[in-house]
Amino acid sequence: MGYSKRFTIFAHIALIGSILIIAFPVIFALIVSTHTFQESFAFPPPFHIGGNIVHNYVAAWNRVDMGRLLFNSSFISVAVSIGKIGLSMLAAFAFTYFGDFRGKYFFFILILITHMLPLPIRIVPTFELMDDFHWINSYYALTIPFFASATGMLLFRQFFLTVPDDLCDAARMDGAGPMKFFWKILVPLSKTNMMALFLIEFIYMWNQYLWPLIVTNTNDMRVVQIGIKMLLAGEEQAAEWNVIMAGTITAMIPPLIILLLMQSSLVKGFVMRQEK
Amino acid sequence: MAEITLKNVNKKFGDNWVIRDFNLKVKDKEFVVLVGPSGCGKSTCLRMIAGLEEITSGEIYIGEKMVNNVPAKDRDIAMVFQSYALYPHMNVFNNMAFGLQNRKFPKDEIRKRVEEVAAILSINEFLARKPAELSGGQRQRVAMGRAMVRKPKAFLFDEPLSNLDAKLRVQMRAELSKLHEKLGTTVIYVTHDQVEAMTLAERIVVMNEGRIMQEGKPLEVYEHPKNLFVAGFIGSPAMNFMEVRVVEEKGRLYVEGESFRLAIPKGLEDKYRNRVNDEVIFGIRPEHMNDHQFSGDFPGMGIMEATVDVIEPIGSDVILIVMAGKDQLTAKVDPHTTARVYKPIKLAVDMNNMHLFDKKTGNLIE
Repeated sequence: MGYSKRFTIFAHIALIGSILIIAFPVIFALIVSTHTFQESFAFPPPFHIGGNIVHNYVAAWNRVDMGRLLFNSSFISVAVSIGKIGLSMLAAFAFTYFGDFRGKYFFFILILITHMLPLPIRIVPTFELMDDFHWINSYYALTIPFFASATGMLLFRQFFLTVPDDLCDAARMDGAGPMKFFWKILVPLSKTNMMALFLIEFIYMWNQYLWPLIVTNTNDMRVVQIGIKMLLAGEEQAAEWNVIMAGTITAMIPPLIILLLMQSSLVKGFVMRQEK
Repeated sequence: MAEITLKNVNKKFGDNWVIRDFNLKVKDKEFVVLVGPSGCGKSTCLRMIAGLEEITSGEIYIGEKMVNNVPAKDRDIAMVFQSYALYPHMNVFNNMAFGLQNRKFPKDEIRKRVEEVAAILSINEFLARKPAELSGGQRQRVAMGRAMVRKPKAFLFDEPLSNLDAKLRVQMRAELSKLHEKLGTTVIYVTHDQVEAMTLAERIVVMNEGRIMQEGKPLEVYEHPKNLFVAGFIGSPAMNFMEVRVVEEKGRLYVEGESFRLAIPKGLEDKYRNRVNDEVIFGIRPEHMNDHQFSGDFPGMGIMEATVDVIEPIGSDVILIVMAGKDQLTAKVDPHTTARVYKPIKLAVDMNNMHLFDKKTGNLIE
């Protein structure tokens, strides 16, 4: 496109500037995580890489059993993402292709309403339910309440509506039953949507703090976001910001890896759809 | 291979009857074309035979067996869709093999059949490609191939050529015709294009508003349309209709319009004798009206004077749109016509090919 040179330079300056502003907290956390306890309290704050990097990260890792927490977070994020995708695809499949089951409209509205209720409202009844099931402090409580997803259902429903009806008819003529149509036609066609939802849900679950804090009560069931809080130790002690930041950076790495891994294929998926 | 029979079939969508009292018998190996304007129920009819649409009442037979309650996959019928409906994520081979895989055919058999059919349709080079990498014509072939590998009792075609460009359409039309000759399978073909219908069909079924208006051999339908609808629908440009009165003078019969009086040929007079003084609809095809200068005189000719409105040369002929009194008429005349816009012209009407229709019922007077 024919932008003038001056505009291009201006645009670059503006973009680089905004990236610096947005990324500043992360960069600063990274810097702090490399300094000693004393250095991290210096004023003006240091803007260079310090020499205490290994000590800080090892300390953060050992102090709160980071390995276990990372495993917990990864496990529930992956489990919830997969569970959500599976459930919402099946629900969307039912709502899109099965015209006349009873109360279809009623259930559709019901699902949308659950979407409108924020977590804090649901937290007490859900907790009670978990207690009744004796699921407190288990992976069940950390994952299953998140499985239902109005967003995912809507996303897939919208996508299924764009799949031509002829494709469904052709599959019927080819002798494929409803579930075969779902597995062999709809699922492969939904790949890009599935990946997009996986990414969104993985990061959403990774950042969960309140619910895991409420339903777990032993350190081995905590998640990584709680681990960061645990690094803050007690009130009587000064916070070791260098160690806390090391923990924070560690907690950021897994979603970053997922994002980088999936980004390229996601973009490819969107580009391919554009080409058609 | 099998006969397909529809007995008193009705179909209702909500409160609308889309198919009413439909009776049709398609013989084994026959090529039948359902033709009609959009919304006439022809596609619904096809989908009911396929089993994609339930019927409200009536009976459908494939061979000897009533299939009202047989699901689509067990009717042993293949369908080609207007949009082709190829599975976009599968390559050509898998698109064609999908139906056989679902029916648990052995792998060797599937490979053999797909390759055989691909060779017939000359798409064997594309077996590894995805539909998005194929041209419109190639996709069309794949869609046909997918139907053919199953060796079904009958093929159903739902406007299969309407997404192709004009040249390709003509080519595929000819190939379809050849293919039917070769395979000898029963075909029911739906189209709104009457040229397609005329060229492909062994038997045409003209439909309107969910009913059969006429069925018969293509030429029979063209030459002897049973009613105004069929007369106006089959043939291009469409037949001209004028309100006239049948008059008798000195023992001869004439049709008399506002600005013309044309003698009814002697051979046809007896048919209309009991209609003297009746108001009727006179129908004549554009191809039966020529510029008198180029046609010369011939038996059964009538002369009509008109004013030229529009001249459309199409190469082989010239289409004239003329005004005769208050009637606007279309004539297909000799390409060398000297007609000029707004100038009068003498048209030679071939009255041997005239049709008269009852004004109330719209049916042909026979």
